[in-house]
Amino acid sequence: MANELQNLQEQVAAALGARCLKWEGGELPAVHVPPAEVYSVVRDLYDDAGLAFRFLTSLCGIHFTADATGDGEQLGLIYFLHDLPRNRRMRVKTVFPVAAAEVESITPIFASANWMEREAYDFYGIKFKNHPNLIRIFNIETMTVFPLRKDFPLEDRTRHDKNDPMFGR
Amino acid sequence: MNASAPTPRQTQGGVTLVSEAPPGLSGEGFFATSLSAAIGLARAKSMWPMPYATSCCGIEFMATAAPHYDLARFAMERFAYSPRQADLLMVMGTISKKLGPVLRSVYEQMAEPRWVLSVGACASSGGIFDTYSVLQGIDRIIPVDVYVPGCPPRPEQIIDGLLRVHELAMSESLRRRDTAEYQARLGYYGIA
Amino acid sequence: MALPTDSPLRPEKAYTTLNLGPTHPATHGIFQSVLKMDGEIVMDAEPTLGYIHRAFEKIAERRPYYQITTLTDRLNYCSSPINNIGWHLAVEKLISLEVPRRVQFLRVVIMEFARIADHLICNPIIAADAGALTGFMYMFQWREAIYDIFESVGGARLTTNLGRIGGFERDFSPETWRLIHKFLREFPAAFEEFHGMLARNRIFMDRTVGVGGIRAERALQYGFTGPNLRAAGVDYDVRVAQPYSGYDALAFDIPVGAQGDVYDRFMVRQEEVRQSLRLIHQAVAKVAAEPEGVFRADAPDWVLPPKEEVYSGMEALIYHFKVVMGETKIPVGEIYHPVEGGNGELGYYIVSDGGRTPYRLHMRRPCFIYYQAFPEIIRGSLLSDAVLTLSSLNVIAGEMDA
Repeated sequence: MANELQNLQEQVAAALGARCLKWEGGELPAVHVPPAEVYSVVRDLYDDAGLAFRFLTSLCGIHFTADATGDGEQLGLIYFLHDLPRNRRMRVKTVFPVAAAEVESITPIFASANWMEREAYDFYGIKFKNHPNLIRIFNIETMTVFPLRKDFPLEDRTRHDKNDPMFGR
Repeated sequence: MNASAPTPRQTQGGVTLVSEAPPGLSGEGFFATSLSAAIGLARAKSMWPMPYATSCCGIEFMATAAPHYDLARFAMERFAYSPRQADLLMVMGTISKKLGPVLRSVYEQMAEPRWVLSVGACASSGGIFDTYSVLQGIDRIIPVDVYVPGCPPRPEQIIDGLLRVHELAMSESLRRRDTAEYQARLGYYGIA
Repeated sequence: MALPTDSPLRPEKAYTTLNLGPTHPATHGIFQSVLKMDGEIVMDAEPTLGYIHRAFEKIAERRPYYQITTLTDRLNYCSSPINNIGWHLAVEKLISLEVPRRVQFLRVVIMEFARIADHLICNPIIAADAGALTGFMYMFQWREAIYDIFESVGGARLTTNLGRIGGFERDFSPETWRLIHKFLREFPAAFEEFHGMLARNRIFMDRTVGVGGIRAERALQYGFTGPNLRAAGVDYDVRVAQPYSGYDALAFDIPVGAQGDVYDRFMVRQEEVRQSLRLIHQAVAKVAAEPEGVFRADAPDWVLPPKEEVYSGMEALIYHFKVVMGETKIPVGEIYHPVEGGNGELGYYIVSDGGRTPYRLHMRRPCFIYYQAFPEIIRGSLLSDAVLTLSSLNVIAGEMDA
């Protein structure tokens, strides 16, 4: 197991070169890449015959508050890739400031990325260049906020029954 | 005309059978009752429900309709999938704010008399989903007659709710829908 | 039957726009597709999602770990126990908690019953949409039998909230075992009757063979997993690829289809029910071989102590308080744990910052991912076949809409 992870790390480092910013080991390894290189990294991991990560398991956004990073508010994306024949999994991670929340869409590589990217856009406001149809997926299109960001309140704000001084919250 | 007052013999489903019928109407197969009770009985015993199943409660509704709990016992196995033919709107499951207008237009398309049964915590109050996207109870957009609590309610509870709707249908006055109170209720929701 | 119309929409031709859903009875849930129709042939479809968006991932960021079990119930509500136990396995991976073998096999029993329950709703509905409502009425009786088993273990029928982090709340009762053995004894004959009614039925085959097919390469492109991917001929199953909860000690086959059409999906699910029965038999035998009475891990930080001890002992009271308030120390880290759900790979990705709630919880919901292939699958088919295709994909709105 440890050997396999070591092999994977070496293979990925060789394939990505300077684009590999950081390697995160563990049971599900991750490679950190700059946001501008996401598309080319996923493309190379797909095309490289020795790696061949040709199944996109999932894709999700994440929001780091300024407290969590100590370096200003940031958004991130995590891609879960799977090499089915060799049964290896890995993640590709990227983080970027909220003001520059734009990466290139991977829909040309994976058809399944279409809705996952729309979900990340709907929840976090991350824009995807070259996406065929980047509109909100779950919420109504007139919504102006991005609900899964940490500063957005969870609870329905039209409720007043919880304002009770004795029994409310 | 017989001078003695008719003695109630049997009460069944709001219909009172009397021993002495008006002249000309007596004999085998006749009984006298009020028109509203007869119509109420007919409405309750041939109610066409429209299942508006969105999530988990819809699966419990399937169980209610399946042979084990057998909705056909209550003459309700005929589902009206068109709101225009339905008497009872059964809302089962979470209604999101995005779906709210759709539900409302379904209700508006139903013809009077119409009843609404709200099945499950989500439809009744938003349930555990006190979130930005979920409507906190369908009574914010349409009037509701009977609420069934539970997440999801057991089929027995759903049947209990249905029987309460039947009771409503049997007992309410034929003119209830013309009353000022009812009109005010619809007015509150902005439904013409 | 699918017609060979790979040709794109022609601008000079007038197409009918048909709004299928969101309240259409044939869609079994809240799906909306705006279809472009040429006569009765579907030329294009534009699905709309989010009609029951409930923000699971947002709620999960505000709930201690043990309370999130309740949310997972409502993802794929046809097979809730798989979601519950999948979540428990994910948390146990995060806190590095090892559960006893007996608990693992008890979980296998429950998860395989849930899989049978899931397939017993999908396949009869395919049959019902093809015109055979009898199968649905017949098989739902057996779902009731499975509900009885869940009820005797956890107290609820559908949204079970079954089990706890570290195992189960209590041991299976003798009544539970009686119900399980009764089911194993009586169900197979009824199931084979249902199978015999449809599997070689001329009408059913005419309606399903060659309808709604997808090739393996496209299925992988669209992120298919579970029975739908296996029907297209790819033998990927999380229970084999990443064994969890003792599946590596059990023998079972993975059925695969050839064409990935509605008929193959139906047959794959039918065979999976049989394999699940095989797994339950083995798991029940394994449970019997383990020391009796073990139903949870010995982890007082996570598992609620018995009530009588809480009322009489200081230590138990402290642990009870810690568990209920979610004050147990949780390691910082990120884990992803997949399980084989009723309709594909169900994964939980937990990002923990050491707080009492997850910093971020992402759920890989199989329905959401593979439903995007729906427009491509139904393009060129008849409208009635599109409805059949939708039910054969077993898309669950609660899971799809997060």
